[in-house]
Amino acid sequence: MDFLLHRYRSLTVLVVTILAQLVLLAYQVKTDGDVRLIRVWSVEAVTPLARVLEGIRSSTSDFFSNYVVLSGAQAENRRMREELGRLKMDNQFLRSELSTAQRAEALVVFQKRSPSKTVAARVIGSSTGANAKVVFVDRGFTSGVLKGMAVLTPDGIVGKVIASYPTAAQVQLITDPSFAAGVISQSSRVQGTLKGQGRGDLLVDYVQLEQKVEKGEWFFTSGDDRVFPKGLPVGQVSVDKQGTTFREIYLLPSGFQHGLEEVLIVVEGVHQQIPDDVSAFNQPIKLLPPPPPPEGSPESGSLAAPDGGPQPLTTDADRLRQKYRALGEAQSHKYGEGMTAPNYNQATPPVVPGTPAGSVATPPGAAPGTTAARPIAPAAGVATKGPATTPGATPLSGTVANPAPPATKAPAMKAPVTPTTAPTTTPTSTPAVKSTTTPAVKPPVP
Amino acid sequence: MSEYTESIIPGVSRRKSASRYRPAVFLLVPLLAILFQVYVPRFIESAANLELPLLVTVYFSLMRRQPIAGTLIGAVIGLAQDSLSHLPLGMFGIVKTLVGYFAASVSQRFDVENPAIRLILGFFFFFFHQFFYWILSRALLSQQVGFDLVQTLIVGVLNAAVGLPLFVLLDKLRQDDVALA
Repeated sequence: MDFLLHRYRSLTVLVVTILAQLVLLAYQVKTDGDVRLIRVWSVEAVTPLARVLEGIRSSTSDFFSNYVVLSGAQAENRRMREELGRLKMDNQFLRSELSTAQRAEALVVFQKRSPSKTVAARVIGSSTGANAKVVFVDRGFTSGVLKGMAVLTPDGIVGKVIASYPTAAQVQLITDPSFAAGVISQSSRVQGTLKGQGRGDLLVDYVQLEQKVEKGEWFFTSGDDRVFPKGLPVGQVSVDKQGTTFREIYLLPSGFQHGLEEVLIVVEGVHQQIPDDVSAFNQPIKLLPPPPPPEGSPESGSLAAPDGGPQPLTTDADRLRQKYRALGEAQSHKYGEGMTAPNYNQATPPVVPGTPAGSVATPPGAAPGTTAARPIAPAAGVATKGPATTPGATPLSGTVANPAPPATKAPAMKAPVTPTTAPTTTPTSTPAVKSTTTPAVKPPVP
Repeated sequence: MSEYTESIIPGVSRRKSASRYRPAVFLLVPLLAILFQVYVPRFIESAANLELPLLVTVYFSLMRRQPIAGTLIGAVIGLAQDSLSHLPLGMFGIVKTLVGYFAASVSQRFDVENPAIRLILGFFFFFFHQFFYWILSRALLSQQVGFDLVQTLIVGVLNAAVGLPLFVLLDKLRQDDVALA
């Protein structure tokens, strides 16, 4: 360096002098933007260098931050994993809540549509035992739940109450080996006794060999067991084969298809018709009132209003109820007392026009054998019938001799499956809705 | 090689030497030249075409025969000239620095005491001075200044003509020559 400076000393002095004067000049000169030239030169000289340095620095920093220094990424990854796990748990919880809400909504809808009076309950536990298909629900007799009440879901029956405690009840599921109930098929009207098998499917026993059902055909409760109201779905036929003595019909229960967490306990059952279309089982159906009775029939005048207008009670069930009541009064029989039944073949006394609903006069010389006066098959006959007798069912005391639910196409009729002493109050937390769509009138209850 | 050639190109046979002056000469002569350029044109407008500081710079650079000395002489005279002008400091300084450097450098090759050489160098450096000043004005000051080549040449000839007697006058102030290595 010294050699170069000595050899090119004059040139070095020249360059230094020129540069010094350039700096001096640049310090004085201002550009059009009122910026000193030396500042412009400095900026223009420094900026590219700074840009290059910044590029190198940022690249190096990015390289280290992105590829070398991963501690921050690891911590962030850990934090995000924890957050992801928490969100998954929240999501699962919300899904569960949503499913619960949907089931509760389905229960409420079913309660509103069903004519039976039900109490919603939640399954809180299961009983011990390998084959025991018994669960506990959180409703007891303080909520009106009594032994023998039917337990169902909107999809079908699931069991019956076998023990009731103050705040809980024990429910025997339909899959329990000791469970039995009367069922009837939808289209072929094959009646049988439903028996649990201790596994997933159910057996319909006591079906004659000559009777046949279609695979996939629906079975409904027949109401003969006095536990389940008639018309509740049970399941579909999965297997139908020839047995030794009876046919072996196996059903897939429909009440468990959406789990068993919330159930409905029927505290006041109402028989229904076997629906023709299962898909429309839970659909609301608007029924027109039955046509007026022909002129001259006993019903034509019995239901007429005093002013000649129509009576509000115009259903077949109302007419049957009035006939039974008239027969009972004519024979001085009080339903629920004694062991004998009234003579249903006796002529029905005519109802005095203008008599309020529920009070029937007994006119002399009433024409016997009329269709309306024909008695319905008593329940005793049904109960003693082999296949319809439910071994596992627990008939309520005092109901055997009572008239059975009419086999006519009455829209709805409350069956005497619940004693009058059964509390009908529902817990405040669980809505028990009684349907008002069907003008059902409770028959004389013993 | 003829005697004329030897008298023009000192490196061939002549011995290189640098003229010495009193310090006051280096101080007063440039100052008088600058003052002449400042005050005389107020009375004689055509005197503004005379670039006496440039001629003084060329003379001292040629006679000192040292580029460093010529650089410093040109820088000092140029900055002094700038200090009395309305332009930023450094415009005449840069130009005269280059003139002093190149003049000193050229003086090592030519017989700078030859009147013809002095005339030619005077004209050349005046043209170089004006041209380079024009470039700096456009480049650094962004001044859209025109360059009249003919006028520059004419004024260059005038200055070179004025420089001949001025150099002879200044030779009277020289003390002695110092042989250069």
